[in-house]
Amino acid sequence: MGYSINFSVVWGSFDKLLSGLSLGLGLAAAAVLMGMIIGLIGGFASVSQIKAARTIAALYVTVLRNLPILVIVLIAYFALPDLGIRLDKYTSFILSLGFYAGAYLTEVFRAGLLSVPKGVIEAGRAIGLTRLQTSVWVVAPIMLRNALPALGSTMISLFKDTSIAAVIAVPELTFQARKINTESFRVVESWSVASALYIATCFLLAAGLRQLERRFPKF
Amino acid sequence: MDASFFDELWMARSALASGLFCTIGVSAAAITAGSLLGLLIGVSLAEGPKPLKLACRIYVDVLRGTPVLVLVLAAFYLPAVFRLNLDALTSGILALTLFCGAHVGEIVRGALQSIPPGQIEAGRSIGLTYPKILVYVLLPQALRSILPTWINTGVELVKASTLLSVIGVGDFLLKVQEIIGRTFMSLDFYVLAGCFYLAVNFAVERLGKAVERRLAH
Repeated sequence: MGYSINFSVVWGSFDKLLSGLSLGLGLAAAAVLMGMIIGLIGGFASVSQIKAARTIAALYVTVLRNLPILVIVLIAYFALPDLGIRLDKYTSFILSLGFYAGAYLTEVFRAGLLSVPKGVIEAGRAIGLTRLQTSVWVVAPIMLRNALPALGSTMISLFKDTSIAAVIAVPELTFQARKINTESFRVVESWSVASALYIATCFLLAAGLRQLERRFPKF
Repeated sequence: MDASFFDELWMARSALASGLFCTIGVSAAAITAGSLLGLLIGVSLAEGPKPLKLACRIYVDVLRGTPVLVLVLAAFYLPAVFRLNLDALTSGILALTLFCGAHVGEIVRGALQSIPPGQIEAGRSIGLTYPKILVYVLLPQALRSILPTWINTGVELVKASTLLSVIGVGDFLLKVQEIIGRTFMSLDFYVLAGCFYLAVNFAVERLGKAVERRLAH
């Protein structure tokens, strides 16, 4: 018996796929926000003059970047309860992806900080700004702009990583596609539509970021 | 962590060893096949005729825009539709290879395009054919800029190999999950899994850095 393509089942539950997609975007946004806060702290720590701060930042980056995100998610959801920490699946996933994002963004911001010319920092200090004021008002904006391309590709790859949430039954896009697949056996249709939604979203994110890069000229 | 953890660990030693070989074997197979595929894709993207270039561009963009888990699940469910009976292991390796090929393709393209075009012309003018220019002139130089990102891709691939546990390939993570299913010691064994992947990826990274230093001289 041949397989005939029939999208009607997939279109019928297209709203589920879309709600899965928006859930994925929400998870990614929360994780990126958390990751950016960690990444900023980590980035400044990894270029600071305090050796302990540099060591801790380097250790954090090495450990988190070399762990598979699936293992981090499974630890947060299934192993932490052994220590008495019980998190629901959404919280544990956001925390896992957030810490994972933090490691990548620490590296992104470290590179961004190193790209800020020394003269700019000296100029800030020369007009009487304190070290902290210079960091916040002078260094951070330039660093953020220079880090924008790397920041963008990290965000897009984090959005794709939200598919891992399906493993702990978070009803995002991959979970919904798999559900349609197992309920209706529309194998080709469910996976191609899910994949197309991921690709389209990544494409739109990338286009938006390019616009942002154009809006703010590189320092 | 108490004595019973080590008892369970000892009891599960052969299962863990087979998971270890599976993870390393799957990763090595996918990196090797994916890198060869990526080399072809990268050369086609940089120098190929228009239609081939377009086909490769679509392949790379589709594969890079789709999460690996979706690729793994699609590779697991799709082949049956086309009357291909692949077991979970084969479809898993297939998904990872295609994923690796797309990423390596972009890396190779970038490296090839960063080499001044004058060198190709110089090669032609001394009578080399394009394959010879590629092997003797372009690739040796491209290798230096390919290596760091290629090693990153390797680490990403070892990490992505954990996703095969979702379709039931007996990799290290699945073996660990089976042990947890029996012993309920989730914390101990998941942390063990974490340490294992950390060690493997750290080793890959170090090895890569060593090779990079050797090539720099």
